[in-house]
Amino acid sequence: MKASLILADGTLFEGESFGFEAPTNGEIVFNTSVNGYPEILTDPSSRGQIIVMTYPLIGNYGVQPISHDKYGVTVNAESDHIHAKALIVSDYSEFYSHWNATQSLGDWLKAEKITALQGIDTRQLAQHIRNHGTMSAKIVFRNMPKPTEFTNSNLVDQVSCTEPIVYNEGGKKRVVLLDNGVKAGVLRTLINNDITVVRVPWNYDFTGMEYDGLLISNGPGNPNFMGKAIENIQKAMETDKPIIGIEMGCLLFALAAGMDLFKLKFGHHTHNQSVRVCGTDRCLITIQNHNYAIRKDSVMGGWRVWMENLNDGSVEAIAHTEKPWTAIMFHSEADIIKTDADFIYNDFFAKL
Amino acid sequence: MEKYNKVLLLGSGSTKIGQAGEFDYSGSQALKALKEEGINTILINPNIATVQTSEGVADKVYFLPVTPFFVEKVIEKERPDAILLAFGGQTALNCGVELYNNGVFEKYGVKVLGTQVQAIMDTEDRELFIQKLDEINVATIKSHAVESIEDAKAAALELGYPVIIRSAYALGGLGSGFCDNEDELVKLAEKSFSFSPQILVEKSLKGWKEIEFEVVRDKSDNCIIVCSMENFDPLGIHTGESIVVAPTQTLTAHEVQKLSELTIRVARHVGIVGECNIQYAFDPQSEEYRVIEVNARLSRSSALASKATGYPLAFVACKLGLGYNLYELKNSITKTTTSFFEPAVDYIVCKMPRWDLSKFHGVDREIGSSMKSVGEVMSIGRSFEEVIQKGIRMIGQGMHGFVENKKLKFDNLDKALREPTDKRLFAISQAFEQGYSVERIHELTKIDKWFLNRLEYIFNISNELHQITRLEDLSADLLLKAKKAGFSDFQISRAIGQEQKFGSNKGRSSVRDYRKKLDILPFVKQIDTLGGEYAAQANYLYMTYNAMAHDIKFDNKKNSIVVIGSGAYRIGSSVEFDYCGVQALNTIRKEGYENVMINCNPETVSTDYDVCDRLYFDELTFERVLDIIELQNPHGVIVSTGGQIPNNLALKLDNENVPILGTSAKDIDNAEDRDKFSAMLDRIGVDQPEWAALTSMADIDKFIERVGFPVLVRPSYVLSGAAMNVCSNQEELKVFLQMAADVSKEHPVVVSRFIEHAKEVEMDAVAKDGEIIAYAISEHIEFAGVHSGDATIQFPPQKLYVETVKRIKRISRQIAKELHISGPFNIQYLARENDIKVIECNLRASRSFPFVSKVLKINLIEIATKVMLGVPVEVPEKSLYDIDYVGIKSSQFSFNRLQKADPVLGVDMASTGEVGCLGDDPNFAILESMLAVGQRIPEKNILLSTGSAKQKADMLDAAKLLADNGYNIYATGGTSKFLTENGIKNQLVYWPSEQGTPQALDMLHNKQIDLVVNIPKDLTQHELSNGYKIRRAAIDLNVPLITNARLASAFINAFVQYSVDDIPIKSWDEFK
Repeated sequence: MKASLILADGTLFEGESFGFEAPTNGEIVFNTSVNGYPEILTDPSSRGQIIVMTYPLIGNYGVQPISHDKYGVTVNAESDHIHAKALIVSDYSEFYSHWNATQSLGDWLKAEKITALQGIDTRQLAQHIRNHGTMSAKIVFRNMPKPTEFTNSNLVDQVSCTEPIVYNEGGKKRVVLLDNGVKAGVLRTLINNDITVVRVPWNYDFTGMEYDGLLISNGPGNPNFMGKAIENIQKAMETDKPIIGIEMGCLLFALAAGMDLFKLKFGHHTHNQSVRVCGTDRCLITIQNHNYAIRKDSVMGGWRVWMENLNDGSVEAIAHTEKPWTAIMFHSEADIIKTDADFIYNDFFAKL
Repeated sequence: MEKYNKVLLLGSGSTKIGQAGEFDYSGSQALKALKEEGINTILINPNIATVQTSEGVADKVYFLPVTPFFVEKVIEKERPDAILLAFGGQTALNCGVELYNNGVFEKYGVKVLGTQVQAIMDTEDRELFIQKLDEINVATIKSHAVESIEDAKAAALELGYPVIIRSAYALGGLGSGFCDNEDELVKLAEKSFSFSPQILVEKSLKGWKEIEFEVVRDKSDNCIIVCSMENFDPLGIHTGESIVVAPTQTLTAHEVQKLSELTIRVARHVGIVGECNIQYAFDPQSEEYRVIEVNARLSRSSALASKATGYPLAFVACKLGLGYNLYELKNSITKTTTSFFEPAVDYIVCKMPRWDLSKFHGVDREIGSSMKSVGEVMSIGRSFEEVIQKGIRMIGQGMHGFVENKKLKFDNLDKALREPTDKRLFAISQAFEQGYSVERIHELTKIDKWFLNRLEYIFNISNELHQITRLEDLSADLLLKAKKAGFSDFQISRAIGQEQKFGSNKGRSSVRDYRKKLDILPFVKQIDTLGGEYAAQANYLYMTYNAMAHDIKFDNKKNSIVVIGSGAYRIGSSVEFDYCGVQALNTIRKEGYENVMINCNPETVSTDYDVCDRLYFDELTFERVLDIIELQNPHGVIVSTGGQIPNNLALKLDNENVPILGTSAKDIDNAEDRDKFSAMLDRIGVDQPEWAALTSMADIDKFIERVGFPVLVRPSYVLSGAAMNVCSNQEELKVFLQMAADVSKEHPVVVSRFIEHAKEVEMDAVAKDGEIIAYAISEHIEFAGVHSGDATIQFPPQKLYVETVKRIKRISRQIAKELHISGPFNIQYLARENDIKVIECNLRASRSFPFVSKVLKINLIEIATKVMLGVPVEVPEKSLYDIDYVGIKSSQFSFNRLQKADPVLGVDMASTGEVGCLGDDPNFAILESMLAVGQRIPEKNILLSTGSAKQKADMLDAAKLLADNGYNIYATGGTSKFLTENGIKNQLVYWPSEQGTPQALDMLHNKQIDLVVNIPKDLTQHELSNGYKIRRAAIDLNVPLITNARLASAFINAFVQYSVDDIPIKSWDEFK
């Protein structure tokens, strides 16, 4: 069935539906990863997004069964369900080929009630977003009611857990994970290092708990909705315990420390963001999915810019000069796979 | 960072199977990177047809063999600070390892830049390699390194058949293959041992996926994965023989990450500084993997990865070798971001190999673990269907895509699917026609079902099209669907019956017109390395129907000049035309025009986006070239620097009112069309061998009655003599004509008198409005009968009468005038005494243009391009008489890779590359050039069998020289008798068909022979199987072989007079 993607500025793209056939709305972003569509769609940070894949051939290897490991952490995806609002691709492959796949991408999208379009020039669309910035968009089907307009809301509240969950009880150390929409990979990294994880809702006051360190997780949307989290982080900062922030967590940490943020024109939503550790020759290729960044000139009061984006110069990590506090704007966690950024977690664990 | 003043770069020598133009590209990039740093560069590369050996690329060029002996001599003379070993393929790498082991670098204080030699050895020596990877828990294919046949047998027994055999230190899988049983093992092992003292026996993983990664590492340990690639063909088919797509298509993100991490782990542990390629076997049923191979140097795959992503690997690798970090280098496409990034592609590329197996008699057509392809193309698009169909057309072997081809005959389709040959894609196409399921084809081929399903989709569209019988009934939806799946107008025309109704040209153009009316047009997209994330002024372009908008704008200034490239390297068209294309591009730029290239060969310099203002990496078909010209609206189009492909487009483009620069399309046709050309020669009183275009056997017999055997039989419009042959008797003629008829039904067979014992002379020239303004006359060492692409050529001519030269000049002037030539051209002549005949005339640059240009030191292409642009040209005053040295061009053959092919030369071209060397004495030049194409100076023992009486007599002087200089001559029956009669000491050896010892074959197997001179009795196929066995054994056992009396004599003359130590080490600029 044909359907139209209409951007907030009125630009229209015609496509063919291959997912759930229902109108929808969201914030349109483009992602330049060539694979990893299950992970991208289930990343809680993708909440509310209409995702445009610039790589044209999507669906080739189908979808692997999403299950849980013995700790209860999601396997083969970043969470149990799709968080994105819609998916836009150029050439969808209904036929898939992979030994471990159990369904096609289209069938999964239908089951998850997620709209998807193919046959769209996603390069042209990405360039439009690049030139005109991230904006809201809607997908309209003929003979179906128009979708409501997309409104900015507290997306974190939709993806955070609702009450504390403990993983790997009896681990070497105990870390509170402030859940803004944590990815499975983050949980797995902690557990693999024999950490007991106490996952708490984003607005939960954890400061009275017993813990060795705090991890403020990634999450979707606009950090300005999250005053409650910032308050709790500020309280935690009084104890001098190790704290690490990731993406949204980094932004919240920065706000808690009195820094300012700004919205990036079209965000960072790729698997190949180049980052350099300031003052060194060390560089990292990172996975990112966010729309905001820290204002460089607001990094002060004992904080320093730790890493920078090699392409646009934005702040990619901050570190406190005395206290065991760091925050990064990207993902470095690895479930089984080592990455060049492992040292960041390892430093955090060492301080616990 | 350390400063270097003078850096030596080793080139890869002549192009051969397994090592082609990709190293011209990587070397040129490295030289550019060095130049940017103000470093004085020295290049050793005898491949005179390359871009890297052109003026202005390296500061000094030595046209010398890339062997330890000559490289040490150059180091001794030049005293460079540092050397680059990674840019000249396996040749440079092997040479570098040997020099390092001999302590040469230490002795002269030469620093190896980039990856160190120890790391290279760790990856090249199989045992060290496995040990090294074991240290970091990376799985390899466990193999048993053995040094004897007995040990090989024991190892295979332990592993269980099937096994694979590889030889260590060999390029492109030379001497490797699969063995299903002990018999096959023994046969192959024997051959492999002749290339390498050590061979490896390992368990075969046939049917696994083959995945490749390209990784870059800097001195600060930062690594990036530039590209992942997946072979369409399963493991078991050499990656050089496989269709390869990038990025990987059937791997999950997790699997790609896993292999990326392994790749980086290996690059770090080995100590790569620069670029490295890793090949994996990947289980299609789990996440099991094995590392197959690590290439610690630039490779064919890295050239492909560079073109596939826009990431200039060789350029960056060179800079990293100098001590830069990745983040300190700019991304050369965006110019704003850094080189520390992993390219994000938003398209798919497909590399497709090109084979020329039809040119070899008796060759094994099966493709496997040893490389046989001679070139490749890369197609870019936004669907797999689009790139595979584009790719099939690009290789230029008469196929129009996956479907709508002339039907091939497969005796046993299942076998054709199970045991892949160069025709396997078309076997799959036929399997679909016969109702095979994807599942069934997968079982037989082991090709991943995803690829097969996509091919089935093409087949289904073809079926849909076949339902249509009238153009008007073709819906816009179906037409667009077909175009998105890579169908050409021609395929559509054929499928809906337009071709049948109106012929191929009209049918095709009817579809084109209809399509344009429906506004179904391709779009131009950029390759910008970042998936559109950052704005880029990228000039690297491709066309696709899977799009809705152009990335670039077109102006109406008519200020661009389009140069049409030469396409896939093939026998008869190789780096020389890339050189010509690049020279044309450079000249256009210098003259203030915008230069535009269309080409599809990833191994070339002309497809480096730095050399042109716009690069269309796309098909060289009439349809696509016209698409581009219509959008680009150029001032003019150059069709004369890319060999036969653009030349053949001239007339068709002219019919569409495309402004062709230089010689008019009509005159090109007047030279190409034999009738018209012949009539013209008659008119101006120029002689040519008697010929006739004939359509019936009776006519042919009548013609031969008049001129007598032997005759040369060939069709028109061919390059490199495909399907032409000399026939000496009635029987051969009949057999051959049946084959020839298969090749081209449209054109009659041309039969001409074959003149024996004549010299062949070439005229390469540039004319302006019919007046020759620059020229070079060169002479073949071999008599006519050896294809000009295989012949050894000397320039200036050494043994031509002054009168011959005069006549050739006069005739050339007449022809130039008659054909109103403006641009480059080449005429081939036969000369016996002073009797001159014209045998061929091409109104385009020829294969020998770079050679004569570089020897003469006059850039003929630059002059030709200026002529075509209509700008003033300075007529060079220098002529061939002013040159006090001589250049010799020798041909490189790759028979060792073409199992079972008869390594004999004839009118059909067989060489895959060439070298050109200079000497003050022709003997120096011949020694250098022969050594550069892999000949060795024999130590002691030479086996002679010198053919017919005439040829025996031709070789007598050389044989005497050998005997006088203490060489041991072994000779077969007739030759032995002849030598003894003439008082030359020799020992009789026996042919395989004869009883008695010593047997010639045994002596070869026992390594008792250092050189084989085996001259076939005549130029026919019908050579005795005896001769074939000796020649083939020489090739398989890696013993130098010469099959031409005049060339053998020249070589023998040279090496008995001089030793290699006598050769003065002189750079190009020192020849004055």
